[in-house]
Amino acid sequence: MSLEFLIASAIAVLTAAGVYLSLRGRTFQVVLGLTLLSHAVNLFLFATGRLVVDRPPLFATGVTDHADPLPQALVLTAIVIAFGMTALAVILSLRSFLESGSDQVDGLANPDRGEGEQ
Amino acid sequence: MTLADQLIIAPVVIPAVVAPLTLLAMPRRRGLAVGLSLAGCVAMLAAAVALFGLVQDNAIRSYALGGWPAPFGIVLVLDRLSAAMLVLSSALAVVVLLHATLTAADRKGWHFHPLFHFQLLGLNGAFLTGDLFNLFVFFEVLLIASYGLMLHGHGAARLKAAVGYVVVNIVGSALFLIALGVLYGVTGTLNMADLARRIALSGAADEGMLRIAGVLLMTVFALKAAIVPLHLWLPRTYVATMPVVAALFAILTKVGVYAMIRIVPLLFGEDAGALAWMPSPWLFPAAVMTAVIGFAGVFVAQAMREQAAFALVGSTGTLVLAVSCWSQATMAAALFYLVHATLAGAALFLVADVTMRRRGRYDDAAVPSPRFSGQQATGLLFLASSIAAVGLPPLSGFIGKLFILQTTAPTSNWIILWAVVLGTTLIGGIGFARTGSILFWKASPIGADPVDSPNRSNADLIAPMILIGLLAALTIGAGWATAQAQATAAQIFAPQRYIDAVLGSLLR
Repeated sequence: MSLEFLIASAIAVLTAAGVYLSLRGRTFQVVLGLTLLSHAVNLFLFATGRLVVDRPPLFATGVTDHADPLPQALVLTAIVIAFGMTALAVILSLRSFLESGSDQVDGLANPDRGEGEQ
Repeated sequence: MTLADQLIIAPVVIPAVVAPLTLLAMPRRRGLAVGLSLAGCVAMLAAAVALFGLVQDNAIRSYALGGWPAPFGIVLVLDRLSAAMLVLSSALAVVVLLHATLTAADRKGWHFHPLFHFQLLGLNGAFLTGDLFNLFVFFEVLLIASYGLMLHGHGAARLKAAVGYVVVNIVGSALFLIALGVLYGVTGTLNMADLARRIALSGAADEGMLRIAGVLLMTVFALKAAIVPLHLWLPRTYVATMPVVAALFAILTKVGVYAMIRIVPLLFGEDAGALAWMPSPWLFPAAVMTAVIGFAGVFVAQAMREQAAFALVGSTGTLVLAVSCWSQATMAAALFYLVHATLAGAALFLVADVTMRRRGRYDDAAVPSPRFSGQQATGLLFLASSIAAVGLPPLSGFIGKLFILQTTAPTSNWIILWAVVLGTTLIGGIGFARTGSILFWKASPIGADPVDSPNRSNADLIAPMILIGLLAALTIGAGWATAQAQATAAQIFAPQRYIDAVLGSLLR
C-alpha cells in the first residue's frame, strides 16, 4: 500500500467522522467533531507539499530535490488557530450547559428528559 | 520607500497598538482607556482617508512585509477597492464606538475596547492583504474578536446563539483551509497575484481541482456574507447580541462580499480560460433567494432587531445580485450600494438600540406600548433609517438601487433581477411601515402613563443622527461617489495591473 493511499484514507475517515459528529445535537459531540475535522484539515494541508521521504527541508549541498517547507508553516498556523477555536468552543459549550442546564446545540431541553424537568 | 508608502500598514498597526494599551489602562483609569480607544479609532480613520487620497492617482501599491519580495513574502496591496473599504470600516467604527461610549454599552464588561480594536485589526488586514493564507489569518482574527464582542454583556440567550455562531464559523474555517490546500497543491503559491498568473497558465488537467478550490472559497465567502442557504446563523446571532455590536457587525457580511469581488475577477476572470467567471451560474440564483428571503423576513419580523438583521440579509442579496453579473458597469453600482447598505444596516441597529433603551420592558418588540421619552425623535430616526434600508427617495438607497437597475438593464437576466429588486423594495417598505406605525403611532393613548425608563439623556441620539447624516452626504455627493465607484470597478476589471504591481520586479 502506498503512503499516499494511507494518508488519503486517514483524512477521509477523520473527515467523515468529523462531519457526522458535527451534525449531532449535543455540544460535546459537536466539539469532538470539530476537533476531528481540524485534524483532517491539518493532515490534508501537510500533504499538499507532496509526500516525500529522506529529503532535506531547505538546502543541503549536493542535493537537488528538497521537501516543501511551506505547508509545515501553514499547518503550524492552522493548528494554533484550530486549538484556540476549539478551546473557545469548549468553554462556550460548558457555560451554555451550566446556564441553561442542557447541552443541546440549539439550547433546547434534552428531549429524553422531558420539558417539565428543566 | 517613502513615508507615504509606509502608511499602507498603519490601519493594521494602529489597532494592534491601541488594543493592548486600552486593555492595560482599563482596570485603573477607565477615562484614559476610553480616550485612547476613541483617539485610536479617529487616527485610523485619518490614516484610511490619507490612503484614499493616495489611490486617487490610480496606481496600485504593494507593501512587502519584512522586505521579502512577492511571491515569497506576504504583501499588503493598496488599490482603490481596499482604500474605499478601509474608509468605510473606520468611519463606521468611529460612529459605533462613539455610540457605545455615550450609552455606556462598553461598561457591561471589561474588554469591549480591546476586542473592538482587534475586530478592526482583522477587518483592515482582510481589506489590505494580497496573500490568500494571510486573508484566512485576518478572517480568524476578526472572527475571534467578534465572538468576544458578541458575548459582551452576557446572558443565557446570547451564549446559546454564540455556540451556533462559533461552530458554524469553525466549520467555515475548515473549508477555507481545504480550499487553500488544494490551491497550494495545484499551483504551489498562495500569493493572489501569483495565483492569478498561474491559474491563467494552468492546463486542462488542473481544471477540476482548481474548480473545486474555487467553489470551496466561494462557499466560505458566501457563509461570511450570509447568502442563502448559508444565512441561518445571521438573524439568530445579530438578534442575541447587543445592538451596538450588531451595528459594527453590519460590515462583517460585507467582508465576504469584498472577498468575492477581490478573488473572482483576479483569479477566475477573463484570463482563466475554462474557469472564467466560474461562480456566476449559481451565485445569481443564490442572490435572488437571499434578497427575497431577507426582505420577506423584514415583512414578518416581530421586533426591530430581527427586522434589522433580515434587512441586512436582504441588502446583501441585492448587492450580490449586482456583483454576480460580473461586468464593470454593474460592479460600480454594486460598490455604491455596498457603502450605502453598510451604513443603513448599522443605522437600523443603532435606532433599535435607542428605542430599546427608552421603552423599558417593552424592549424592541413590535407591540403597542405607552408613550416613551424622545418618541418623536426616535420615530423620525426610524423613518429615515428604514427609508434608507428599503431604498426609497430621498436617501442614497434609492440612488443605489436605481444605479443597479440601470446598469443591469443590458444583461440577460434583467427581467428576474428587476422583478426581485422592485418586489423586495415593496415588501420591505410594507414591513418597515407596519413596525413603525405600531411602535411610534399606536404607542400613545392620550392620558396613559409614560413608560418609566431609566434613560433620561438624549446623547444616544447623536450616533444614529451621524449615520443618517452620512447617508444624506452620500446622496448629495452621489455624483462624486459614482465616479469613485466607476474608477474602482475599472481597476477591479483590469487584473493585469494588480499582478504587475505585486510581481512587477519578478516578471521584468
